[in-house]
Amino acid sequence: MSSERLKTEIAGIPMNTPVLTASGTFGFGEEFADFVDLSLLGGVMVKGTTLKPRRGNDGVRITETPSGMLNCIGLENPGVEVFLRETLPRISRHHMNVIVNISGSTVEEYGVLAEMLDVPGVAAIELNVSCPNVKEGGIVFGTDPKAASDVVRAAKKWTKKPVILKLSPNVTDIVLMAKAVEEAGADAISLINTLMGMEINIHTWKPTLGNITGGLSGPCIKPVALRMVWQVARQVKIPVIGMGGIASWQDAVEFFLAGASAVAVGTANFVHPGVTMDIIRGLEQYLQEKGLANIRELVGKVECG
Amino acid sequence: MALPKLSLDAPILAQEKMADAVYRMTVHCPGIAAQAQPGSFVQIRLLGGDILLRRPLGIADADAEKGTITFIYRILGKGTSAFSNLCTDDKVNVLGPLGHGFSQNFKKPLIVGGGMGLSPLLFYAKAMGKKADVLMGGKTASEMFWAKLFEPHVSKAYITTDDGSLGTKGFTVSLLPELLEEGSYDAVIVCGPEIMMRKTAELAREAGISCQVSLEKRMACGLGACLSCSIDATDGTRRKVCKDGPVFWAEEVF
Repeated sequence: MSSERLKTEIAGIPMNTPVLTASGTFGFGEEFADFVDLSLLGGVMVKGTTLKPRRGNDGVRITETPSGMLNCIGLENPGVEVFLRETLPRISRHHMNVIVNISGSTVEEYGVLAEMLDVPGVAAIELNVSCPNVKEGGIVFGTDPKAASDVVRAAKKWTKKPVILKLSPNVTDIVLMAKAVEEAGADAISLINTLMGMEINIHTWKPTLGNITGGLSGPCIKPVALRMVWQVARQVKIPVIGMGGIASWQDAVEFFLAGASAVAVGTANFVHPGVTMDIIRGLEQYLQEKGLANIRELVGKVECG
Repeated sequence: MALPKLSLDAPILAQEKMADAVYRMTVHCPGIAAQAQPGSFVQIRLLGGDILLRRPLGIADADAEKGTITFIYRILGKGTSAFSNLCTDDKVNVLGPLGHGFSQNFKKPLIVGGGMGLSPLLFYAKAMGKKADVLMGGKTASEMFWAKLFEPHVSKAYITTDDGSLGTKGFTVSLLPELLEEGSYDAVIVCGPEIMMRKTAELAREAGISCQVSLEKRMACGLGACLSCSIDATDGTRRKVCKDGPVFWAEEVF
């Protein structure tokens, strides 16, 4: 199924298709192997990894909202050492681009993680500076252009892998953030992470989620994500990986037209574990029908008059 | 090597009301019916409509020959409410079978169930072919349609209701010490409210009898990826109800 039409390259990473899976929604890829040919994906952005193991948040971690969901997992993960020792060797047999999403509680920690992950089998590093569900680090680095730039520099200093920065939508000026991390040397930008949200139980008068607030994802955030991709892609030279509510090939086409060089699918994987394969098939057919030889011919082609 | 999980659009063959807010739904999905184990579960997705995420449902019966799976569920929120509005020939998408089931390597297990926890236990009772006894509890007699459903599949049935309208008045576990002492059981298989499972596990441990519990948590993927359903195991590690469970040895989690 993999064709020349969908082959692309982001930040020097060759990809069979421009369809990736978003961190936290696809485990380590292997969980979906019954439904997805993992080698067809542009990459799997694996579950957020930290220096030390994290147990995540207590209490209720997810709730469904109109056309979406809130989550407050809180970066539960076994830590980078277990990832390197056990997970990475195990998942390497799937021949996929493994993009490791990392979170640090200090700028230095991003450097340490980037260096530890500068190993064969890792295609790129994605810096998570926008997790809304952890107290230290996380979103703190994602809402201040200087802090985000420091994180990029720290990672770039210690790894030869491409460094992708995942931006938070929970800022006043997304373009300002994007330009800052581009200048700091980021090789690509992922956007958007989840929007901070909340739900209250009217019978108990308590928040539904154990962490009070959570990250909103799913189809309801797609228009916001698309708008931010459009705003950012025309202002930076580095590629943008668009994500936020993509659930169909039609959604993906919109992101390419807005300027995304690749897309990542998140919440839709929970609904339909094979959704990425449907999206790849749909994109292939769409390009063929439009007489386009490669997905790159679609990027940023929205006509705003 | 585990067989691959499947995601199938399944027509509804029957949907009937069993009690107030409790429904029984049978769907046709042969691939999953053939692999289903008592205690394993599926994730149901509504096709069309406003519900986004799947909802996990225990399997109350699976018939490999007819290719059918049956669920007995209570309306708890928007998702289960939408399930109850579906009619024969409507379709749902079924993802499964998921998780690990109950051990069947016992000579004489005692099944202990409360409320909707009885649903996966019904499939277990059937698989054990009358080797098991059941101790079941509910609020009131009208909820205890379960008695009739279990009758053909168990050796003996003990019933409790909170209001005494059927069987012994009181909590399910109040009958347990006596049964464990007299019954020569080699296992206790329990599913129900957590407080009931904890008490059952404690009594089984005191009696020196193996105990398996089936846990329930909110989950998004059901495949071990989203980590919505993480729990603490007694050894200090984290476990996923969807993938490492939903059935655990009592001492692993309580």
